[in-house]
Amino acid sequence: MSTDETGHGGAITPENAGASTAAGQEFLQLITPAGERISHPEFDSWVRDITDEQLCSLFEDMTVIRRIDVEATALQRQGELALWPPLLGQEAAQIGSGRAMRADDFVFSSYRENGVAYCRGVDLTDLLRVWRGNASGGWDPYGINMATPQIIIGAQTLHATGYAMGIQNDGADAVAVTYFGDGATSEGDVNEAMVFAASFQAPVVFFCTNNHWAISEPVGLQSHIHLAERATGFGIPSLRVDGNDVLAVMAATRLALDRARRGGGPTFIEAVTYRMGPHTTADDPTRYRDANELEDWAAKDPISRLASLLDRKGLLTAELQQQVQDKADSVAAEMRRGCTTMPDPEPMDVFKHVYSTPNSWLERQQDHYARYLASFGDPAGAVSEEGAR
Amino acid sequence: MTQLTFARAINAGLRKSLENDSKVVLLGEDIGALGGVFRVTDGLQKDFGTHRVVDTPLAESAIVGTAVGLAYRGYRPVLEIQFDGFIYPAFDQIVSQVAKLHYRTRGAVKMPITIRVPFGGGIGSPEHHSESPEAYFTHTSGLRVVAVSNPQDAYTVIQQAISCDDPVLYFEPKRRYHDKGEVDESAALASALPMDKARVLTEGTDATLVAYGPLVKTALDAAAAAADEGISLEVIDLRSLAPVDYDAVVASVRKTGRLVVTHEAGQSGGLGAEVAASITERCFYHLEAAPVRVTGFDIPYPYSKLEMHHLPGLDRILDGVDRALGRPNSLSGLEG
Repeated sequence: MSTDETGHGGAITPENAGASTAAGQEFLQLITPAGERISHPEFDSWVRDITDEQLCSLFEDMTVIRRIDVEATALQRQGELALWPPLLGQEAAQIGSGRAMRADDFVFSSYRENGVAYCRGVDLTDLLRVWRGNASGGWDPYGINMATPQIIIGAQTLHATGYAMGIQNDGADAVAVTYFGDGATSEGDVNEAMVFAASFQAPVVFFCTNNHWAISEPVGLQSHIHLAERATGFGIPSLRVDGNDVLAVMAATRLALDRARRGGGPTFIEAVTYRMGPHTTADDPTRYRDANELEDWAAKDPISRLASLLDRKGLLTAELQQQVQDKADSVAAEMRRGCTTMPDPEPMDVFKHVYSTPNSWLERQQDHYARYLASFGDPAGAVSEEGAR
Repeated sequence: MTQLTFARAINAGLRKSLENDSKVVLLGEDIGALGGVFRVTDGLQKDFGTHRVVDTPLAESAIVGTAVGLAYRGYRPVLEIQFDGFIYPAFDQIVSQVAKLHYRTRGAVKMPITIRVPFGGGIGSPEHHSESPEAYFTHTSGLRVVAVSNPQDAYTVIQQAISCDDPVLYFEPKRRYHDKGEVDESAALASALPMDKARVLTEGTDATLVAYGPLVKTALDAAAAAADEGISLEVIDLRSLAPVDYDAVVASVRKTGRLVVTHEAGQSGGLGAEVAASITERCFYHLEAAPVRVTGFDIPYPYSKLEMHHLPGLDRILDGVDRALGRPNSLSGLEG
């Protein structure tokens, strides 16, 4: 994070390929909505190594995280989860980018990147802890190199930039990747993060999932230009990709990661996709968006698009479909079991981990509450008795 | 022992922390070549390089937010917020992120971030340069808040704050930056008074006078003036504002039976209210009178020609002592 080498601002040049996606096409696309693989002179090389087998594996991943999402939504409807933020429609954006990363890269995400967490190897029970109300953070961030997700919109982009400055200081070639939505680009933090990232040429990838809606507010309310164009104002090269095209997302993310590893600084990716479900299970999108819009996007569904490509290649066999279905079923069953058998936290856990070192104020309150609970004889029963009073 | 100004003492403490731990990094506006607007970081970038002492763009939320990422990566960031009134753009990152991430990650991630804030008035500055925002932070669980009052503490406590695994707001009384004092740079940190302990500065029997930061000197002056009138005040430098070392205050009030708390911040919801309530809970049967607060008014910090009216001075503190002692005072004859 030296200020010595930061005279340049990372402007778009032909070599860094930032401009090429904007020229002539709306966004980078390698698979059409009809499932046709189209070639791109600059980006084909980034996914040339993807074998048929790996294509099938991406199909499986996307199917599995959709199933995780549907199952979690069902768990919420059944009263097992307090809330759930569905990712329906965003499977290509999450799997394409999530599978591009290395284990030593570090993710700072919002609350919707459950598919990315799946790519990082999250324990499925951990995925639900926050939404069941059992914890504020589901997993050990260092266990899967993914920070605890942010609900404060855009705050994590600064954390990623700071982490990237640390990587730079350490002389490592890992990359910090931050995920945020189109609404977050209006927040000061995202803009401050881009200022810092550009100034220090930090190895960070800004992955903006433009799903068109920030709860009820359309992306047009956030920006009058493509979000990717905003980054160039900060001196950060950007790419606009079809977020429902898993190969395009992967190619763009690989380019950005590679640039960061080679000391090329930050890259901004706008993945243009659509949130096909509600913002969360507490939201009702029929109040603010047209059913026709959803229909249009359903025709661009990322999973059926990849399925069409597999079909064209003769890969979408009954055997593959069964295998993918079985995997999704078993993951869903495992997650449901983990959810319903998750033990409730202990009452005194409420005091844990506020501080790393003892704090006399809190210790006093803790001692007092422990005595209060003990006065009921049965510490576990005290809270429910209190509630019944 | 060396004679150092307050600002130089903090500088020496920062230098020692930078020398002792390669994970310590400083970030802030103008802290490099300029050495900070108060010169607290003078010379550190020259000696430790631009990777350790980082001049940042002018974005307070980013200074704190990137420190969160650095802490994730194992660093111990020390941040300078240029002036008290500039901390508000970073408020969200401090209270929602820095303060809570240890809790939210169930202890997996530590946030050993020190946020240095020059605070308080008395230097004739324009608006946004003289605020006392400490109560916003003492109200936030997960943060530690300290306010230093003399060069020796400034030197020691900054090192304690940096080595603490919890985030620390370190408030520096900017009107005392040029005050000189003895500083023992050789004393071992381990043997120093822990930063969360209060210190009794003068022993007394008639009333306990609690102060912190810039008002500690004023409180000592008040105690000397009171002594001329035959009143014996026990002055306590709180040092830690979160947590407050109530045991020290309780022990004193049990002896004196009377409590006066003073701070520059406005009265309502301020730290004085918290101290008064806690001491009343714990010392009710030892109190001879209701605790008294002598504070700034509940107003925006006033323009400099009026700031001497807002800031508690020696006479207003002595008037508060008179109230606590039931002697004739400015409120005599009023009820309530």
